[in-house]
Amino acid sequence: MSSALLHVVTYAAFIVFVVAVAVRIYKIQSMPVHLRWDLYPVAHEGKRSHYGGSYFEELDWWKKPREFSWIGELRGMLPEMLFIKALWENNRPLWYRSFPFHFGLYILIGWVGLLVVGAIAQIAGIPVEAGTGSIVGVAIHYLTVLAGAFGLILATIGAALLLHRRLTDPEVEGYTSPAHIFNLAAFLGALLVGFLTYILVDPTFALARGYVQSLIVFNVSAPVGSSAVALEFLLFSLLLAYVPLTHMSHFFTKYFFYHKIRWDDEPNFRGSRLEKEITEAIGYPVTWAAPHLKADGKKNWADIATEEVDK
Amino acid sequence: MKKKIKVEDISRPTEKLTRTDPKDFKPLPPPYDKPENLPPWVPLKVSDDIESSLDDTIAVAVPKPKTKEEEQELVRKFLSGLEKLFTKENNWTFLQLLTLTMEHCAKCQTCSDACHIFEASGRNEVYRPSYRSEVLRRIYHKYLKPGGKFFGKWKHGDIDLNWTTVARLIELSYRCNICRRCAQTCPIGVDNALVTHELRKLFSQEMGIAARELHEKGSMLQLRVGSSTGMNPLVVKDNMDFIDEDMSEKTGMTIKTPWDKEGADVLLIHNAGEIMAWPENPGAFAVVLEAAGVSWTLSSDIPAYDGINYGLWYDDFQLARVAIKHAQAAKKLGVKKIVVGECGHSTKSLMVIADRVLTGDLNVPRESAMTFLEDLVFSGKLKLDPSRNDFPVTLHDPCNMVRLMGIVEPQRRILRHLCPKFREMEPHGVHNYCCGGGSGFAIMSGYNFQSWRNHVSGRKKLEQVLNAFQDDLSPETHKYLCAPCSNCKGQLRDILFAYDAWEKCGILYGGLVELIVNAMTDVKPGFIEWEWH
Ligand code: SF4
Ligand code: SF4
Repeated sequence: MSSALLHVVTYAAFIVFVVAVAVRIYKIQSMPVHLRWDLYPVAHEGKRSHYGGSYFEELDWWKKPREFSWIGELRGMLPEMLFIKALWENNRPLWYRSFPFHFGLYILIGWVGLLVVGAIAQIAGIPVEAGTGSIVGVAIHYLTVLAGAFGLILATIGAALLLHRRLTDPEVEGYTSPAHIFNLAAFLGALLVGFLTYILVDPTFALARGYVQSLIVFNVSAPVGSSAVALEFLLFSLLLAYVPLTHMSHFFTKYFFYHKIRWDDEPNFRGSRLEKEITEAIGYPVTWAAPHLKADGKKNWADIATEEVDK
Repeated sequence: MKKKIKVEDISRPTEKLTRTDPKDFKPLPPPYDKPENLPPWVPLKVSDDIESSLDDTIAVAVPKPKTKEEEQELVRKFLSGLEKLFTKENNWTFLQLLTLTMEHCAKCQTCSDACHIFEASGRNEVYRPSYRSEVLRRIYHKYLKPGGKFFGKWKHGDIDLNWTTVARLIELSYRCNICRRCAQTCPIGVDNALVTHELRKLFSQEMGIAARELHEKGSMLQLRVGSSTGMNPLVVKDNMDFIDEDMSEKTGMTIKTPWDKEGADVLLIHNAGEIMAWPENPGAFAVVLEAAGVSWTLSSDIPAYDGINYGLWYDDFQLARVAIKHAQAAKKLGVKKIVVGECGHSTKSLMVIADRVLTGDLNVPRESAMTFLEDLVFSGKLKLDPSRNDFPVTLHDPCNMVRLMGIVEPQRRILRHLCPKFREMEPHGVHNYCCGGGSGFAIMSGYNFQSWRNHVSGRKKLEQVLNAFQDDLSPETHKYLCAPCSNCKGQLRDILFAYDAWEKCGILYGGLVELIVNAMTDVKPGFIEWEWH
């Protein structure tokens, strides 16, 4: 594959990623207000959150100021995002497989960030190598090697363990689709290529950084330096574009599950923004066909909800 | 070894998709470790014209279509209902939640171990929390999404949509308590209970199919007559008069329930089932409120004397219709707040779910009886002697009020204060197990469904109760299972009766407010009658 084509693939993958994530977020955000469907514990409940309590425990709760703890939200969200706490608590055998995979990927995101930082440093004339005069350059170098090595090892082990579970655990038998196997195999393949490239070809990630630098300065004809590194980046690019198109987009939709559903305990007060949204929603025309609703596409939600039933 | 039932098997016309075999049920602790102490499993008897191919019980009893055309028409209706579930006009109420749940399950099965029905059945595949979700997910991806015929199978696995699938799904949507314990454990936030809820809605709102006890004999009767118990306003007032008389005699106080008092501080709305089945509960409320000098009233408007709202479990419009009428009654009386009596689903319907239906002056403040009673208990207005409650007490957490509303501590603070021998079940609070009567099951007893409830959905709760009292399970020691929820009490009544738990273990069940009155020194001792079980 030519260097130019590889650059184009990476740019395209990045654009697909951004657009796919943006479209998904837009679709979710533009859905109308929904009925409450709280599930406790709710992390922002402050002093009550540790046992799952809510503001409904207060006498005349609507007269009291609502306690909303951002620290509580963070305390609830961070362990979930970083360490998959729900899995640790509810499915420990799976956690041992899933955590290295996910945490490894997080470290690899950090690794990409460090490659970008290193590339920018190089553009600015700071050499990024061991044993150079620049402390910044040395620090970026070692951090990149650390993140790359750990990330690749953890994620590869995790992907292999998850694939193994998919193929052997009777518990998920019958719930595993071809896409599941393909997804995990694709990750495992790309990670293995990445790992082997690191060990055999690019132990300092200098070539990887060089490729990232050429991406930043749009030097699409810059040679990649090794076909292994080119393959590594081709696979990573394809994965980048693929992930947000699949159920694996849960890496960001999880936010909505928590904030827009489980923890959405915003009460509706008269004259509030929420009330306006509700008023709009109950004005939608409805077409449900059951005889007790007699929806004809002209009556709206509120009409049907306030209609007397046949005696 | 039995062959594992697959998701796609739901579409294959066989006599039964699964068997509900008592031999598979999870063993219970003593004294129910001995087969002779267990209630018999009642086999299903059903005529040939009723759909019964899911398992060995029936909740909805759908008539079999007589012709192929009829079958096709029903499948077509199912699909049109499914489409409506994913439009904002028809389903703004749950569109975002359902779409996320349809798109993001990782099929990891972490939720399975959380489900009491799956566990109690001996891990029957068809009762696995994600089984019904997966059926719907595959149908959604294959029949609703662009390119679904190819990508659906690749991404999620295959499924055929035919009448067998639909008929089984109808029944399967009534094998889940909608307790959301599974949702609590999902590492992503996917909600299998929501799938049950939305399926039931599709069947009701599009196809006019629902469990009779919830629709015809439930919300429709309530909207027509005033209460799902069949009581009209005259009858309910008469019944409350009897209860007042009985309470006055029992307590030595003069009790007169106020009706339709304009400008009262509190409109109390009971689950009217209490008035019929557990009159001591509304009676005890009257005693406490009178003794504390609260300005309160009941409403005789249809259906404001019955707090039930079965629409919560199967139909958004029925839910809204009832909630709006409750709010209108409060507005008419000009009360400061509505207090919902000891009923979990009534409390959640009116306080949480209908919160985004009631706008303007219909948005009357609403409060749970737990907080309200806690305030009265600790206000100093009642003279209380905890030694009157000197018997073992444990607490059942109604899912609707606890896991799904976060009302956890008020009832506990009352019990810790008034019941010296209070002990928790494990697990408890927001991690509790459903009683097995959730989502309407407690009032559903057609065919052998009650036997299924007693053996399967209620099994885990029975195990929890026995474990909570395991230090002394002798029938001589009277023990009190406190369930501050009418539906839970209905289910617990049936389980305790089926297992003969009073005779064998001395376990009685009841509400929370009864324990308060039992401890009141202004009241004759012995308010709780152990003999009545
Ligand atoms: S609902 Fe959640 S826990 Fe259950 S299988 Fe799906 S992702 Fe896993
Ligand atoms: S909601 Fe409750 S009953 Fe239904 S599948 Fe989940 S845990 Fe089981």
